[in-house]
Amino acid sequence: MTTKWGRIGLAVLAHAALIAAWYFFVKLGDVPKFVMPSPAATLEALLDPDYDWWRNVTVTATEIFGGYFLALVVGVGLALVFTWSKTLEAFFMPLFVSLNMIPKVALGPLIIVWFKYGIFPNTIMAFSICVFPILLTTARGLREIEPELLDLVRSLKGSRWQLFTKIQLPGALPYIFSGMKVAAILAVAGAIVGEFLGSDKGLGYLMLQVQVTLDTPAMFMAVLLITAIGMVLYGFVLLLERLLVVKDARVG
Amino acid sequence: MSAEAVAPEPFIRLSGVQKIYRKGTETHLAISDATFDVLPGELVSLVGPSGCGKSTLLKILAGLHPHDGGEVRIGSATHAFDPARDVGMVFQAPLLLKWRRILQNVLLPAEILGLPAAESRERARALLALVGLGGYEDKYPYELSGGMQQRAAIARALVHDPKLVLMDEPFGALDALTREKMNLELLRIWKESGKTIVFVTHGISEAVFLGTRVVVLTAGPARMADNFRVELPRPRTLDMKTHERFGEYTRRVYRLLGME
Repeated sequence: MTTKWGRIGLAVLAHAALIAAWYFFVKLGDVPKFVMPSPAATLEALLDPDYDWWRNVTVTATEIFGGYFLALVVGVGLALVFTWSKTLEAFFMPLFVSLNMIPKVALGPLIIVWFKYGIFPNTIMAFSICVFPILLTTARGLREIEPELLDLVRSLKGSRWQLFTKIQLPGALPYIFSGMKVAAILAVAGAIVGEFLGSDKGLGYLMLQVQVTLDTPAMFMAVLLITAIGMVLYGFVLLLERLLVVKDARVG
Repeated sequence: MSAEAVAPEPFIRLSGVQKIYRKGTETHLAISDATFDVLPGELVSLVGPSGCGKSTLLKILAGLHPHDGGEVRIGSATHAFDPARDVGMVFQAPLLLKWRRILQNVLLPAEILGLPAAESRERARALLALVGLGGYEDKYPYELSGGMQQRAAIARALVHDPKLVLMDEPFGALDALTREKMNLELLRIWKESGKTIVFVTHGISEAVFLGTRVVVLTAGPARMADNFRVELPRPRTLDMKTHERFGEYTRRVYRLLGME
């Protein structure tokens, strides 16, 4: 059962078992629909055109992917700048470590004041919550260079650029990906919190709307769709890691 | 006069080399007075306990550290030395790049020096065959054992055809049996490549077994305690380690390092 297919089989089984448990819990326990809808009732909600699922999914996905991509560019970019200037790093890094301590969710009301409602502030929310893990792990990865490897390059009078492209950057990739994986999960949380705090569209917004009428099946469906968006993002990161990072070098 | 009668000019000449580390107001004498010559094609063992400055000396030879006193001269009229091109290094850890296949790892110095790619590849392949890794060109480091990774590291140190190979306890992390095997392999590689090798170790028997010459360094105070030629027949074989002569050499080093 430890073969690749065996493990995939077990994983599928675990998910199926959870859905079955859900089904039987609702059916045998005679749980009211507004407390917990059955899997079938949840799927049914998907057919109701009033929820405008597709539009809401696109909005939320845009916020998540947009914020994530922005964080990736800014996080990796800043870390790269820091490897080239120790002074800038010494100046900014402690500041970023402090900023990282701010609960980003607490910034929500401020972000709304500054950027109003809509996709953009929620993208900023997702960005702000996932930029630090990417920045910090990338900076760490770029720093983690074995001193002897540095000696090897220096004994050949290699340039700073050669050291960077041949050793530092490829060596940092596993770290970048470990930051990207953490950030992928955070980005979803960031966007949804943004939508809860203030927005006029998106899956988080929809959840607040249907909550008033105790429309639990729609809320369940929204959660499932949010999870699905997160899984697509995470899967994309895993795939990219698989393509770019040699098996042995992967971290976390 | 026949050619043999002329003493060859040393390839490396160290006289009174000193290295001082400063930390705040404290100074630490890492090397006090290292004076010895290395002939072209010699394999010199630098042996001593941790902190005796042997690795520091190696870094000075590699041009990585400046020295604070004395003179370091590498190269001679017949054996010109280019500090950028003519140093190969092997460390205790193989330090192969995890994301590169073995052949690409071996090629790293050639890439850094900008040597012609096609030729370097040919050379890297030949070197991998020399170190006994023919057929492993496309493997990743994690697919190789520690001893094999170190062989690849040796091939990497030779790929740019340096005149001087510096080895810093290259077999220190290997198990005893692999280490003995690698000692024999190194002697074979040395003979076939004709390189000048400076080999740092804290293994006394390893130092005597490998070296044409053994330089003994002691710690606290850091100084050079001995420098002698090892007159054992070549090629060396493992059973030489049981010979009386071999025992005399190792005892000589043991006494200096205060272990007897």
